[in-house]
Amino acid sequence: MTTQVKPQYKGKRYRLDKPELLAPAGNLEKLKFAVHYGADAVYIGGQKYGLRSNADNFSFEEMREGVEFAKKYGAKVFVATNIYAHNEDIEGLEDYLRNLYEVGISAIIAADPFIIETAQRVAPGLEVHVSTQQSIANWQTVQFWKEEGAPRVVLARETSLEEIAEMKQHVDIEIEAFIHGAMCSSYSGRCVLSNHFTDRDSNRGGCCQSCRWKYDLFEDNRPDGDELISAQEASQFPVLEQFRLGVNQLALFDEEDNAFAMSSKDLCMIEHLPDLIDVGVDSFKIEGRMKSIHYVATVVNVYRQVIDSYMADPDNYVLKQEWLDEIYKAANRPVNTGFFYEEPDHEDHIYEPEDKPAPYDFAGLVMDYDAETGMATIQQRNHFKAGAEIEFFGPNGTFFKQKVDRLWDVEGNELDAARHPLQLVRIKVEQPVTYFDMMRKKNAKA
Amino acid sequence: MLQAGANAVFVGEQRYGMRLPGEMTLEHIEESMNAVRDHQAKLYVAVNNILHNERLDGLSAYLQRLEQIGVDAIVFGDPAVLMTARTAAPNLNLHWNAEMTSTNYITAKYWKKRGSSRFVVARELNMEQVVEMKQKLPDMEVQIQVHGMTNIYHSKRHLLQHYFRHIDKEEQVNEVGMERKLFLIERERQDEKFPLYEDSNGTHIMSSDDVCIIEDFKHLLDARIDSFKVEGLLKPTVYNETVVQVYREAIDTYVADPDNYRFQEEWIERIRAVQDPERELSFGFFYKEQMY
Repeated sequence: MTTQVKPQYKGKRYRLDKPELLAPAGNLEKLKFAVHYGADAVYIGGQKYGLRSNADNFSFEEMREGVEFAKKYGAKVFVATNIYAHNEDIEGLEDYLRNLYEVGISAIIAADPFIIETAQRVAPGLEVHVSTQQSIANWQTVQFWKEEGAPRVVLARETSLEEIAEMKQHVDIEIEAFIHGAMCSSYSGRCVLSNHFTDRDSNRGGCCQSCRWKYDLFEDNRPDGDELISAQEASQFPVLEQFRLGVNQLALFDEEDNAFAMSSKDLCMIEHLPDLIDVGVDSFKIEGRMKSIHYVATVVNVYRQVIDSYMADPDNYVLKQEWLDEIYKAANRPVNTGFFYEEPDHEDHIYEPEDKPAPYDFAGLVMDYDAETGMATIQQRNHFKAGAEIEFFGPNGTFFKQKVDRLWDVEGNELDAARHPLQLVRIKVEQPVTYFDMMRKKNAKA
Repeated sequence: MLQAGANAVFVGEQRYGMRLPGEMTLEHIEESMNAVRDHQAKLYVAVNNILHNERLDGLSAYLQRLEQIGVDAIVFGDPAVLMTARTAAPNLNLHWNAEMTSTNYITAKYWKKRGSSRFVVARELNMEQVVEMKQKLPDMEVQIQVHGMTNIYHSKRHLLQHYFRHIDKEEQVNEVGMERKLFLIERERQDEKFPLYEDSNGTHIMSSDDVCIIEDFKHLLDARIDSFKVEGLLKPTVYNETVVQVYREAIDTYVADPDNYRFQEEWIERIRAVQDPERELSFGFFYKEQMY
């Protein structure tokens, strides 16, 4: 593989010897998987002040447990407090932030200066990372936040590799950049489509993803001042019946054309991570607090191996085909490289009808393995039956495929299928497995 | 607009400003200062873009010139402008306006401590929140939009060009500016038409309705809000003149005798007479309950 970074784009990390891999954790279980599969840090949402009000967010007790779990791996837990608050959200923030610090959270990710300033005042032990919702896209703004006491900024997704290099030249600060997952097609925070379409406040967690909806494009040729033209003149313009258009309003598409779309392809920097490491990005962020365990584990697992492999021996680093194969098993949208190299063009948007489900599903979790008999105890996470083609994978690239030959329940009764969520079944595995390894199967619908 | 009764105007250029009805270079600004002063009016310059590194080039000289020309304030949303102004043009008056993210009074105070004399409130707030904003900010100017469309989506992506390219209409990729009067219809909401256009800052989608608070203007006047903005973007001049005249009259009526001020039906009729029948005159978010 060729890295596209020019030599002058080299930069250095601010505090860390090795770039951090930062993963989303929508709930406690996902947190455990993210950490076990190799994340150096995870970010989660609490009950308040976060932008994913639909996610099953963490209570303080769950946070405490998550922090304890992460600690065993040397990993950190960050909390997204990234809303733009309204006056009525002001009360309660101080206690909330103190509690975050008290349960062992390392940092908050915040955009609203109200939250940033309050955290610095009432919970100085809590680091403040300035969120991508601040749309930070130039080095002077990075400098501003450094002077305001933030040890880290999360850049706007619109920043290029070259711009990051320049920021690194000018400012000593940790830079966090998204490397994988869904993207707002607008500048983050600069979109209130949800507010207008559904009365849901996007900047307080109510985003209903209106940018993924279908729109049609028209041109308004009415003269100014509402002098309507005559019916005869109007009849010269084609008007599509299904749209309630006024005279002189024209559809700009043909019937067979796809609808106008704002929907962006997902970001995937797997093939270009060395460029980002060389430019000095401190933390690599994976998007997706709403995504599945299978997604989080698969994506984290691959990036972990990429980072470790490149850092161990940059000169002889080779991108492995198996990493690419793995990462696409969790993808439900086509991918691109965002703004890192060139600005997105028409090929970087999704005009085609539907998102597909990811090609593979989480089928079971390995709970136990008996080396003598080669029998694994599996907790069912999705229906599977005898004869199914399955794959096992675990941290550090453990991977093999096999067929489910026969399966039994824990009492030893043979089953034709694992039908019930979380039921324990036994199957014979062809290679050793261990607790926390995952079993996946092809998604029949993909 | 000055003739129509505006006592402040908002101008600038695309490189540093955003969503402006036209380009006003430094020369234009300098030339118009006399006219502005003749009307005892103020001139504010939009430096409210989301800036990338490349746009920092020349920013310092630009702000210096604005300070020399003596503009009344610059309006900004990117902290880089504050950083540059501190050294290059320390006497410039600063107005904080980050549009949809200026949502609470502690954030306002934060920017006041860093030198902003005015806070422009997000249009997505309700009446109660706007009124409270001024109560909590007695020594900071508060500005709110009272009329016109609002920006609801800003992308750096050139979505119109991309779409034309996607449907093989390459010949149209350069006709995506404001003057073409393009609009979107969402498939489930056929009655609403959302204007959109592209410029060097990307794609801008605007609301399908025009805010019009004239009927309940008294709440805002009573609240002692300092500045009322009429958004003139994508409107014919005659429309903006009418709207400015109406609000001017309302303000003057109120100031002359606050106790006997009442809304006059004739005001809204004058606006309705020039209103595009396809665009609803609405209360925006002033009376909306939003969930999240």
